[in-house]
Amino acid sequence: MVGLRTIAVLGLALTTAACTNPDRFGGGGDAGAGVGSGSATAGAVSPAQDPNSPVFFSQTIGDRVLFAVDQSTITPAGQQTLIGQAGWLNRNPDFQAIIEGHADEQGTREYNIALGNRRANAVREFLVSQGVAANRLRVISYGKERPIEVCASEACYSQNRRAVTVIAAGGLS
Amino acid sequence: MKRLWTLILAAVMAGGLLAPVQAQDGPLRLTITDGVIEPLPFAVPTFEAETPQAAQVAADISRLVAQDLSGTGLFREISPDAFISQVASFAQPVAYADWRAINAQALITGAVAVNGDNLTVKFRLYDVFSGTELGGGLQFAGTVPGWRRMAHKVADAAYSRITGEGGYFDSRVVFVSESGPKDNRAKRLAIMDYDGANVQFLTDSSAIVLAPRFSPAGDRVLYTSYESGFPRINVIDVASVGRRQLSTAEGEMAFSPRFSRDGREVVYSLANGGNTDLYRTDLTTGAHTRLTTTPSIETAPSFSPDGSQIVFESDRSGTPQIYIMGANGGEARRVSFGEGRYGTPVWSPRGDLIAFTKQNAGRFHIGVMRTDGSEERLLTASPLDEGPTWSPNGRVIMFTRETLGASGTSSLYSVDVSGRNLKAVPVNGGASDPAWGPLQP
Repeated sequence: MVGLRTIAVLGLALTTAACTNPDRFGGGGDAGAGVGSGSATAGAVSPAQDPNSPVFFSQTIGDRVLFAVDQSTITPAGQQTLIGQAGWLNRNPDFQAIIEGHADEQGTREYNIALGNRRANAVREFLVSQGVAANRLRVISYGKERPIEVCASEACYSQNRRAVTVIAAGGLS
Repeated sequence: MKRLWTLILAAVMAGGLLAPVQAQDGPLRLTITDGVIEPLPFAVPTFEAETPQAAQVAADISRLVAQDLSGTGLFREISPDAFISQVASFAQPVAYADWRAINAQALITGAVAVNGDNLTVKFRLYDVFSGTELGGGLQFAGTVPGWRRMAHKVADAAYSRITGEGGYFDSRVVFVSESGPKDNRAKRLAIMDYDGANVQFLTDSSAIVLAPRFSPAGDRVLYTSYESGFPRINVIDVASVGRRQLSTAEGEMAFSPRFSRDGREVVYSLANGGNTDLYRTDLTTGAHTRLTTTPSIETAPSFSPDGSQIVFESDRSGTPQIYIMGANGGEARRVSFGEGRYGTPVWSPRGDLIAFTKQNAGRFHIGVMRTDGSEERLLTASPLDEGPTWSPNGRVIMFTRETLGASGTSSLYSVDVSGRNLKAVPVNGGASDPAWGPLQP
């Protein structure tokens, strides 16, 4: 059940994120860059401007936080993003979320899966501290299996050390 | 001959550093020197075809026997071009002088018969300089399509008689076959002969699969799969490729499984609330035992050969290091104290060494250390080496080497436990996470 629902939402996220920073496992990483200003002046409310839309969540609020090497501590910038995420989740109680933890490739496969889990849980705990019900949040770790940037330097590694909050409609279990 | 080689190999295994040996001309006299190891010269004349249809497969088997032995780095094949006499008949006495003259210290002769689909291979091994046969003649029966296994069995027998150790040629490796770009890599389980031949796929690539591990008998494989949407441990039957999800203790994610040495239990990592601990599950009773309770990451467990201990990776000290605890948990002692981060420890089948991945100063290494952490030796260095697995006889380690960057790919490599003979295992496409199975019956 979870798998099916998740796939449907991932498909949406992929479509909307395709023109910015493609990430099969979440929305665009560059907040607000996903929708051209042309559509904003056309009169109709685009999904990115609807503050209750998942697109707004992923692109305007920002669906991800980044981590330092080996760390799972939420940075001050990450806290701001997560406060925004928590606000959205609290305003939209019908949605659930899956938090995906990731690591860069500088580590063994097994350890990075555990590290990604630690990061995803740090995000979950923060969201819960902001009033989001714990049973609306589920975590998964991809370890180093799903990098979004593939260069072999800190510029890429820093983008891969991430936790992405993916909005899912319906229940999680 | 056998005794001498046993001694030398034992010295290599036991010595903290490379214990180089040199084979010299003349009657078998092997001297340990500070130089490089001089491989033992051997000759494999093309095996006799006892039936007309056997000519091609006899030639193929002879070549593969030579390839297996040369591939160890311990032996050097003398080119058939140098042969003075050919061995026309398997039954004929050996003309030792002709083989001494070209300095062949070992001579392997054989005969192959094909009857329909059935294949029979006979072989003899000679100690040329003492002019005696080493062990008796042996005969293997199999099928024509399975001719490679017959060759591997001959090579295993020769290797074993000369070195006094078990062989590893007639063995299989389960691994993850990779394709596609680095940010959207498709992975599927595959199995192959130790030398990269006969690749067969066990799963499709619809879900991420990671780190397969053979059962001690080689009939089942544990692996981590995202098939359910979340990391779970699956077990697959190699022959039928029937698979099922393992019933583990309750957790967000289960991964990094490994069989106990009797194949009845599985030890693995379970993640809950950001904390990853080790558990073990009895496959017969379904009973789960929690082995660690620290708030740190515990993963990559591996049993000692006697089943009494588990070596694993933990970051309880702040960085990933190697620890050993009893098989039922309890107090663990840290064994890695060198610079850098240590992971993926694997106990050798002999019990004397632990192979590991080490990360230090921007490089990855495959290394070995004694079980008390002493005599650490790094066998490889590259931007990304990881995940060692032992050959059945504990002499060779296979691992994953990944090249970095957008076009980076994973490949399998092997290296002798002494650090010599590093080479790629030829596999089409990308490959990672090898796990070496037992010698086949």
